[in-house]
Amino acid sequence: MSKARMQLMLCSGTGCHATGSKRFHEALDAELNRQGLTDEIKIVETGCNGFCAVGPVMLVQPEGIFYQKLTAEDVPELVEEHFLKGRPVPRLFFKEHMSKEKIPHIDDIPFFSNQVYRAMRNKGAIDPEVIDEYIARDGYFGAAKALNEMSSEEIIDEMLTSGLRGRGGAGFPTGLKWKFAHSSKGAEKYVLCNADEGDPGAFMDRSILESDPHVILEGMTIAAKAINATKGYIYCRTEYQLAIRRLEIAIAQAKEYGLLGTNILGSGFDFDIEIYQGAGAFVCGEETALMRSIEGKRGMPRPRPPFPAYKGLWDKPTILNNVESFANVPQIILKGGEWYASIGTEKSKGTKVFALSGDINNIGLVEVPMGLPIRTLIYDIGGGIPNKRKFKAVQLGGPSGGCVPEQHLDTLIDYEEIAKVGAIMGSGGAIVMDDRTCMVDMARFFMDFIQDESCGKCTPCREGTRRILEILERICDGKGEAADLKSLEDLCEVTSNSSLCGLGQTAANPVLSTMRFFMDEYKAHIFEKRCPAKTCQALLKFTVDAEKCKKCGLCFKACPADAIVWKKKEVAFIDTTKCIQCMSCYDKCPFDAID
Amino acid sequence: MVMDHHPEHPDVTAEMWTRIDTILDEHSSVPGSLITALRLCQDTVGYLPPPLLDYIAEGMNLASSQVFGVATFYSLFSLKPKGRNIIKACTGTACYVKGIKEILNHIRNSYSISEGETMPDRRFTLEGVRCLGACGLAPVMVVNEDIHGNVDPKQVKGILEDYQ
Repeated sequence: MSKARMQLMLCSGTGCHATGSKRFHEALDAELNRQGLTDEIKIVETGCNGFCAVGPVMLVQPEGIFYQKLTAEDVPELVEEHFLKGRPVPRLFFKEHMSKEKIPHIDDIPFFSNQVYRAMRNKGAIDPEVIDEYIARDGYFGAAKALNEMSSEEIIDEMLTSGLRGRGGAGFPTGLKWKFAHSSKGAEKYVLCNADEGDPGAFMDRSILESDPHVILEGMTIAAKAINATKGYIYCRTEYQLAIRRLEIAIAQAKEYGLLGTNILGSGFDFDIEIYQGAGAFVCGEETALMRSIEGKRGMPRPRPPFPAYKGLWDKPTILNNVESFANVPQIILKGGEWYASIGTEKSKGTKVFALSGDINNIGLVEVPMGLPIRTLIYDIGGGIPNKRKFKAVQLGGPSGGCVPEQHLDTLIDYEEIAKVGAIMGSGGAIVMDDRTCMVDMARFFMDFIQDESCGKCTPCREGTRRILEILERICDGKGEAADLKSLEDLCEVTSNSSLCGLGQTAANPVLSTMRFFMDEYKAHIFEKRCPAKTCQALLKFTVDAEKCKKCGLCFKACPADAIVWKKKEVAFIDTTKCIQCMSCYDKCPFDAID
Repeated sequence: MVMDHHPEHPDVTAEMWTRIDTILDEHSSVPGSLITALRLCQDTVGYLPPPLLDYIAEGMNLASSQVFGVATFYSLFSLKPKGRNIIKACTGTACYVKGIKEILNHIRNSYSISEGETMPDRRFTLEGVRCLGACGLAPVMVVNEDIHGNVDPKQVKGILEDYQ
């Protein structure tokens, strides 16, 4: 390991990569070379740090100074002032949104300080392409313990004690799943990792794979020992090329170190892992569909039972767990199930990773203890809503989930509590929406997604989702009728009750949830032909409020369609025949005179 | 198994056929490798013209219906030719909330292509894709391998002019 006096943990996740971390890295490298500092100061390219909103980011260790929004032009000052003279550069510190206070230390930044790292314990702390760095942070110690000191039953008991539930969304107890597969008879069994992350707005699996690939290999190896499997597959989205590359490197390194393959760590246990690239089908996140896909067929679900624990891949006993679930396993085995269960609520133990995005200041990936109020997640960690807008709802659980509105923000993060308000924990996508988001349009968006991804095997899902979408499109187009609300409810009920797999069974949730909390918006669309959030273009009709208008002419200048008539010292007028509903005037008016 | 004849197709060159034969040779005996074989063949040719699908079916000892079934099920596979540059506009929730619709409109107005279409001169193919998991950068547009984040609709044309 390096004996450098300073380590620069530079994030090279997808977010920072896109905002220019590579250019910064090259400039930094050149400057350190020029100053002859390469022996004392080491740059470590880490996986996703999580704080994507302010990328590219870099953590200076051992001091714990956090820099944000770095550019190549910042390099000379950073090296000269901080790395040589020991004076950190405040200009590049994180700035608190409300107080505008500059915070140098990572531990003092609310985005980080409210988090508890378990599944993401190595994020930003190691070079994901160097196995020694993983091992240095207790990597493969859990696997060593499981393989050499524990029986399958003991591993399963530890998992049951931990209370870990499936992090892919459904929340089925992981230990129980393993127990079924363990008791299932068969010489050949499989351990599968679901890395086919498909929920829009969820990117924790990609991030874990990119920043800590070995933890997945270790978790899967422990699972293999528990159910006595010899072969594992990681089913990964083909879009996640960086994750796939890092997994390939990790597998090769683990094999070289004898941590994967035959006779792992001299225990006599054999286990091998292969990566399988998905070909783009959302429904393949469903377990039986995923297995069909690995078999090279159309990824269509089949009825259960038989459950995969008895008849899965190639009709052999199989367990499938999500990336985040596996990421928790090594620590549970190493530190014990009770340690894991020491935080959380009665039925939801440990931590959950959320991907915060949408209309929120601190966009990024966060890991929080179960039992935290959603409000803390949005306002303390997420830093609230930007541009002084008002919070409207947070969408949890993607296309199978629902919206949590303002009045339910004190709901605790817990599988059952979140379900009570009509959303689901899901894979952890948390999309925040401000008052300019139309909830009918949001329901339409998710239904459009689902009906497109429905595999078409069962009629309720194939037809139901399409009919629901047609009604929602009609409402957004200003052609909604009074009877549509009842039809929506009926269709939602049938689709939920009679679809074959989880995709169809939960497809109606975004509609039901928005109808429950935002019925007034549905009614405004249908009866008043009005979109209160000003999103549905067909329903936008702009007029100028003569009393509020200050006759400044900003709207006139903003209009790209010459639809505004205005002369000096006169109230503006909008010619609706020319108006293209682009909202330029609406956004520009400082007096809210256009509505 | 190498077959004795190659169907004629303007987009598949002799070198491509050689490569395709190697792919089929390596995968025909491996159960469940159809998706992998299709992906590699598509990487070779750029898309999967229907005569190629028949050829793959023969080479993999599978029914044509099964190969067509799989090739049309997954969004990765395209039976139509693609452009030299592929624009992937993320249509995930975060990008939707942040206005990917406007960006798609701008592309449609500037290049006369809608989602799923390719320009007649094959300069651009426009694809609306599922969440790319880069929600921190929403709205996101990926052109070939380059990720463009926080895209302002007004910049779209400027960004795309670099790709010929």
